[in-house]
Amino acid sequence: MATRNTSTLARFMMAPAVGLLLIWMIVPLAMTLWYSFQNYNLLNPINRSWAGFENYYYFYTDPAFWQSIANTMTIVLGVLAITVIGGILLAILIDQPMFGQGFVRILVISPFFVMPPVAALIWKNMIMHPSYGVFADMARWLGFQPIDWFGQYPLLSIVIIVAWQWLPFATLILLTALQSLDGEQKEAAEMDGAGVLSRFIHLTLPHLARSITVVILIQTIFLLAVYAEILVTTNGGPGFASTNLAFLIYRTALLSYDVGGASAGGVIAVILANIVAFFLMRTVGKNLDR
Amino acid sequence: MKAKTLALSACSLLAMMMAAKAETLTIATVNNGDMIRMQKLTDDFTGKNPDIQLQWVTLEENVLRERVTTDIATKGGQYDILTIGNYEVPIWAKQGWLLELNDLGSNYDMDDLLPAIRGGLSVEGKLYAAPFYGESAMTIYRTDLLEKAGMKMPEEPTWEFIGEAARKITDRAAGVNGICLRGKAGWGENMAFVTALANSFGARWFDEQWKPQFDQPEWKEALQFYVDLMKDAGPQGASANGFNENLTLFQQGKCGMWMDATSAGSFVSNPKDSTVADKVAYTVFPSKGEFKNHGNWLWSWNLAVPASSQKADAAKKFISWATDKAYTELVASKEGWANVPPGTRTSLYKNDNYLKAATFAATTLAAMDAADITKPTVKPVPYTGGQFVAIPEFQGIGTTVGQLFSAVIAGQSTVDDALAQAQSITTREMTRAGYIK
Amino acid sequence: MARAVTTQRKIFFTVASWAVALLIFFPILYTIITSLKSETEAIQGFGLIPSFTFENYVLVQTQNGYFKPFMNSVVISVGSTLIALLIAVPAAWAMAFSPTKRTKDILMWMLSTKMMPAVGVLVPMYLIFRDTALLDTRLGMTIVLTMINLPIVVWMLYTYFREIPGEILEAARMDGASLWNEIVHVLTPMAVPGIASTMLLNIILAWNEAFWSIRLSAANAAPLTAFIASFSSPQGLFWAKLSAASTLAIAPILVMGWFSQRQLVRGLTFGAVK
Repeated sequence: MATRNTSTLARFMMAPAVGLLLIWMIVPLAMTLWYSFQNYNLLNPINRSWAGFENYYYFYTDPAFWQSIANTMTIVLGVLAITVIGGILLAILIDQPMFGQGFVRILVISPFFVMPPVAALIWKNMIMHPSYGVFADMARWLGFQPIDWFGQYPLLSIVIIVAWQWLPFATLILLTALQSLDGEQKEAAEMDGAGVLSRFIHLTLPHLARSITVVILIQTIFLLAVYAEILVTTNGGPGFASTNLAFLIYRTALLSYDVGGASAGGVIAVILANIVAFFLMRTVGKNLDR
Repeated sequence: MKAKTLALSACSLLAMMMAAKAETLTIATVNNGDMIRMQKLTDDFTGKNPDIQLQWVTLEENVLRERVTTDIATKGGQYDILTIGNYEVPIWAKQGWLLELNDLGSNYDMDDLLPAIRGGLSVEGKLYAAPFYGESAMTIYRTDLLEKAGMKMPEEPTWEFIGEAARKITDRAAGVNGICLRGKAGWGENMAFVTALANSFGARWFDEQWKPQFDQPEWKEALQFYVDLMKDAGPQGASANGFNENLTLFQQGKCGMWMDATSAGSFVSNPKDSTVADKVAYTVFPSKGEFKNHGNWLWSWNLAVPASSQKADAAKKFISWATDKAYTELVASKEGWANVPPGTRTSLYKNDNYLKAATFAATTLAAMDAADITKPTVKPVPYTGGQFVAIPEFQGIGTTVGQLFSAVIAGQSTVDDALAQAQSITTREMTRAGYIK
Repeated sequence: MARAVTTQRKIFFTVASWAVALLIFFPILYTIITSLKSETEAIQGFGLIPSFTFENYVLVQTQNGYFKPFMNSVVISVGSTLIALLIAVPAAWAMAFSPTKRTKDILMWMLSTKMMPAVGVLVPMYLIFRDTALLDTRLGMTIVLTMINLPIVVWMLYTYFREIPGEILEAARMDGASLWNEIVHVLTPMAVPGIASTMLLNIILAWNEAFWSIRLSAANAAPLTAFIASFSSPQGLFWAKLSAASTLAIAPILVMGWFSQRQLVRGLTFGAVK
C-alpha cells in the first residue's frame, strides 16, 4: 500500500521534468525530421517541395562530411585526453600541502567561468595572434619565427582552447575525489613501502575511476557540440581542417540558409550522437552502479 | 500553455507601454566605424523627432547577417531598419521582403546618388534601400617605401609592376611586408578580393550556362599569382587576415601596398590611428594590362525597411536623416570632413572642403565610376555583381571556395588542388540549386 | 628533521602549484591587464604593467551600454536556474528515493537530449518563438536556458540526493514523521549544499550559453554574450577595447564563482565520491 503510494507520488514528481523534456525533444526533432525531407532554402521560400532523401544525400556527400566527423572525434578525444591526464596531475599537485591552497584553487577554476566566445577571442587575439599575441612575442624574444597557429595547426589550436576551458572542471572533480581518499589507506600503503608510482596505480587511480568516467561523460556532451570556438577563430578552415560536424551544420544552416540540408545534418548528428551516447552510457552507467 | 499566456500578456503589456510612449525603432547595424559614429549622432535625430526613439542592435558583420536574414526570411519582425549590403538588396527585393523607398521626404535628393550605387540598389527602377556608404577598391601604398626601393607608382599600375615592387619592398627583418591582401576565408572577405583580382585577369565565375569556370586557365593564372605574391611578400599568418586585420597592419607601417576597399582611405590617413598617415598615397586597383579591367569592385552598406514593418513612416524618416546630405554636414561639423561616410553622393565629390580633407577622394570617385557590376569581366557572364555573384547561393559557395583558397595561402593545399575542389563543389551546389540542368 | 623536510616539501609544492595556477590563469590576467592599456600600448609587444587608463571601459560603455545586457544576463541565468530547480528537485528526489528499473534509463535519456546539435533545429525554434511571441523576450530566453540545462540539473541533484542515507529516512518514518516533516526537517538540511552547488553550476552554464542567447534575442533581451558579439571585430585597433569588453562580460560570473567556489566544489562530484 505504502509503496504503491510512494511510487505514484514519485511518478507525479517526475512528470513535469520528464514531460517538458519530452516536448523539448520531440517537437523540434519532429520539425527537423519533416524539414529534412523538404527542399527548403530560407532565401528562396517559394521553391518549397518534397525532396525525399536528397538532403541526406547532399549532406552525406559533402566533401567536408567525413573530415568533419574525424575532426569531431579529434576534438573530443584530444580535449578529453588533455583534461583527464592534466586534471589528474593538477589535482595531485594541488592536493599537496602548500601555502595559499584556496587561492591556487581560485586561479585554476577561473577559465571555467569564461564564456566560450570570450575564451576564443582572448586566445585568438591576445595569446595566439601571429603578430600581437603573447606566443609570438615569446617566439621573437627567443629568436624564432612566430607560429601562425590558426593557419598551420588549426585543429590543435582549437583543442588547446577548449581544453583550457574544461581543464578546471576536470581538475575540481578529480580533486574532490582525491581528497575523499582515505588518509589511513594512504598511510597504510606508505607503510607497506609502496613506491609513489605503485601507490598511484594501485590505490589512487582505482579510486579516481568513477570521477574520471563522470568527467568523460559530461565533457563529451559539451565537446560534441563545440562550435563557438571554431566560429571565432578559424571559421572551420583553412580548407576544412577545423570543421567539425556541428560547424558543418552551422555552415549549411546560416551561410547557405539551406534549412533542408541543415535539418538532414541535424538528424545525422542526432543519430551519431546517440550511438556515442549508447556506448558511453553503457560503460559509464556500469561504472556508476558499482 | 501557461508560458504562452504569460508571453501574450507580457507582450500586450509591452505594446500598451509602447503606445503610451513614443514609437521605438529597432535598428540592426554592423559594428563598422561609420555606423558607430551614426549611433553617437542620433541625438540630432531624436531632437528633431521627439516622438521616435531608437534602439540599436550592433553586431559583428557575420552575426548581423545571420540574424537579419533569419528574421526577414521567417518574417520574425524583430527589426524596423536593417543594415544590409548591395548583395542582399536585389535578392531580397525580388522576394518582396523589402519596402520600396520612393518617398524619403521632399528634401531628399535622390538624383544626387552615385549612379552605380543607385543602380545596384534598384530593381526595375525602384529603390529598395538607401546607401549609407559605398566603396570600390583601390591601391593604397607607402610613398616612402616605394621611393626607397627606387620605384615609382604608375598612374594605372599593372599586376606585374605590383608584384615586382612588392618583392623589392619586402624587408621581413624590419617587419615590412611588400603587400597585404585578404586571406581570411569568407565570401565578403578573401573572395571579394580574389574575385576582383580574377576579374582583372579575365576570369569569370560562371559561363552563360552557369557552368563554373575554375578549370579555366585564367583562374589558375590569377590564383597562382596571388599565392606566389603572398608567399614572397605577404605578412605572417595572412590566411587569417581580412579587411580589419590588414588595416591594422597598414596603420602600423607593416605593409608597403594594400589593395582593398576605398573606405580604408579615411582610416589610413587619420593621424590619430595611423602611424603612416603622411606617407600614404592612392591609385586605382591594378589591372592585367591587356584588358583595362580594374576588378569592378562595388559595395555599399545600406539601410532598408522590411516589407512587413508596422512603423514604416518612422523608419523612412530615420533613413532619410541618416543618408541625406544634411547628415554628411553634421558629421563634418562634429568629426571633420575626412570622416564623412563616403561613396554615395555625387555632390560630396564636388565639395571643395571634402576634396581638400580627403586625399583619397579623387581615386575613390574614379574607382566607383569605373566599376560596372553588369559586366564584371571580359567574357560574358549570366550574373551581375563585381566582387561577388548576386545569387542567393553565393554566400555558401563563396565561403566554401574561400576556405579552399585560404588553405592555399596557409600552405595547406596547392593551387591545382584548390581549383579542382572549387570546381567540383561549385558544380555540385549549382546543380543542386537547379542552375545546371 | 622530519619537520624541516615537510616545510621544504611544502615550499616546493607551493612554488610549483602557484606557477601552474598562474599559467592557467594567465590568459584572463593578461586580458585584464590589456584592458587597462591604451590601444597603441596594447600592440607594442609583451608588457605586464599597463598605464592604468580607463578610456577603454568608457568607450565600450558609450558605444554599447553595459547595464542592459548585464541585467538581462542576470535575470535570464538566475531565472532559468530557479525554474530548472523547481522542476528538477521533485524529479531528482523521486528518482533517488523511489528508484525503479527504468530510473537509470530515464536519466540517461535526459542527458542524451543535450546531444542534439542546436544549430540543426534553429529554424524550427525560430518559427516556434515567432508564433508564440517569445522572440527577444527575457521570458523566451529563460525558457530556452531552463530546458537546455534541465538534464544536467536533474542528474546532479539525483547523484547528490542518492548520497543521503536511506536509514535516516526510515528512522524518521518510524518516528511517525509525515512526508512534509520528512522533507522539511530531515532531508532539506542535508540537501541544501547539493542544491546550492547545482544552482551555482547552472547559473554559470546559463550565463555562458552563446548560441541561443545570441540568435533568439535582438534589442530587449540580449545578454552579455550578444554584447561581446558587437566587439569581436571592429575596425582598426581594438585589442584594448576588446579586452575591456571581455573583462566586463566575464567579471560578474568570475567574481561570483570565486566567492562561492567552496559551495560549488562541494556538490560538483556527480556522485563520483562515495
